[in-house]
Amino acid sequence: MPPDLQSRPRLAAGCRLAETPASRTNGKDDRQHTLLMPERALRLNGPSLQIVQRCDGKHTVRQIISDLQMIYSKAEPHKVEQDILGYLALLQKERALDFEL
Amino acid sequence: MENSISNPLALIAELTHRCPLHCVYCSNPLELQARTSELSSEVWSGIFREAAEAGVLQADLTGGEPLARTDIVDLVRAARDAGLYVNLITSGLPMDEARLAALVEAGLDHIQLSFQGARENIANEISGALSHSQKLRVLEWLKSYRVAVTLNFVIHRRNIDQLQEMLALAESSSATRIEFANVQYYGWAFANRENLLPTRQQLDRSVEFLNREQERLQGRIRVEFVVPDYYAKYPKPCMGGWGRKLMLITPHGDALPCHAAQVIPGLSFENVKNRGLREIWEQSAAFQKFRGEGWMQEPCKTCDRRGLDFGGCRCQALLLAGDASATDPVCSLAPLRPKVDAILASLNLISDPVGAGPAPPAPEPVTRPSWLYRPNPS
Repeated sequence: MPPDLQSRPRLAAGCRLAETPASRTNGKDDRQHTLLMPERALRLNGPSLQIVQRCDGKHTVRQIISDLQMIYSKAEPHKVEQDILGYLALLQKERALDFEL
Repeated sequence: MENSISNPLALIAELTHRCPLHCVYCSNPLELQARTSELSSEVWSGIFREAAEAGVLQADLTGGEPLARTDIVDLVRAARDAGLYVNLITSGLPMDEARLAALVEAGLDHIQLSFQGARENIANEISGALSHSQKLRVLEWLKSYRVAVTLNFVIHRRNIDQLQEMLALAESSSATRIEFANVQYYGWAFANRENLLPTRQQLDRSVEFLNREQERLQGRIRVEFVVPDYYAKYPKPCMGGWGRKLMLITPHGDALPCHAAQVIPGLSFENVKNRGLREIWEQSAAFQKFRGEGWMQEPCKTCDRRGLDFGGCRCQALLLAGDASATDPVCSLAPLRPKVDAILASLNLISDPVGAGPAPPAPEPVTRPSWLYRPNPS
């Protein structure tokens, strides 16, 4: 079920965004954003990072969509919306989000 | 949009082998390490820093019972300060609410609370201790703290028919995750195998039930299920592959590729007090031994699944085939699979080969089995 556009997603207890050293294998020295949660770790970049940074219990799903449509203004707005809803559903399935109304 | 991260991902820190419980399937080795040889909190702090630098993301603080360490709050803080995600894998004893508050304040991210059953009698029988009611108290306290909670049920013949009650317990708590992990047969569990292996009919029923419940609870509670691999068609990718994702440190500091690696003859383990953690991970003979595919025999060597299950479990290959390099005998393609079928048949658990229809149920033991309980180290 797609998340309610009026709800405010927030990272669930025990799920947090961290900056970790980039994987050794890519040989670079930069930091990497990672979403840490029970038994899982998701590497975030670009849009996925923009989304998770807004899962703070303040932004509504609708606001997250309009923010990202602005940031990725060259992309087709409907495609951006679908991608965001899909990603939030994935995080919900992982039990990484609470949706506050 | 995202990638799952592999490579040294988690550090399993066996802080002690001491434990107030005596579970008949304990994953600790038969030879337990003594309290006097345990690493100090300073040494552990150094290990956590080295692990984070080597790219490890998560620390699993376990034991024995990690709460048996009087310095557990300091250890949680040290792991968190090092930049790790901190999991505490615990029986919930000994704990009071002040100690729980201190652990959360120190940076605990996730607590995995183990239960031995949904009912007090079987739970206490399996743990060899009066432990169940204390766990229920801890579960109640946890509702007031912002920490991820997993309920961890180890499943076997004596409690596999209680899954519904176990789920109900999880739904009445603040848990966002529940793990139904069937016993894996090494060490203590191997010794108690005949009384722990569920029947095929029990297993089929539980899988069907959990598939339904997984669907129902989606988005609320993540339900995870580990089958007993004696019944599986293919082996489990043990530890995510030897030396691929996980490193275990024993109470006195030996670095192991898996919980049971000490049973494999001819392997020697390096100690984190003598050598850097990353060096051990990359170079030590024990971690190299079954890394990659070079060690594989047929049928693994040319099997399409070798990148998925990595030949299964090396310790199980040793226990059942007498050769740690053999294909895990639980695999339906393994030359020694008939041996596993013979074990199941001898326990009156199945009368037909894997993949065929359900077998008649085994008679339930009416009396309490004569368990071999794990003792406490000196």
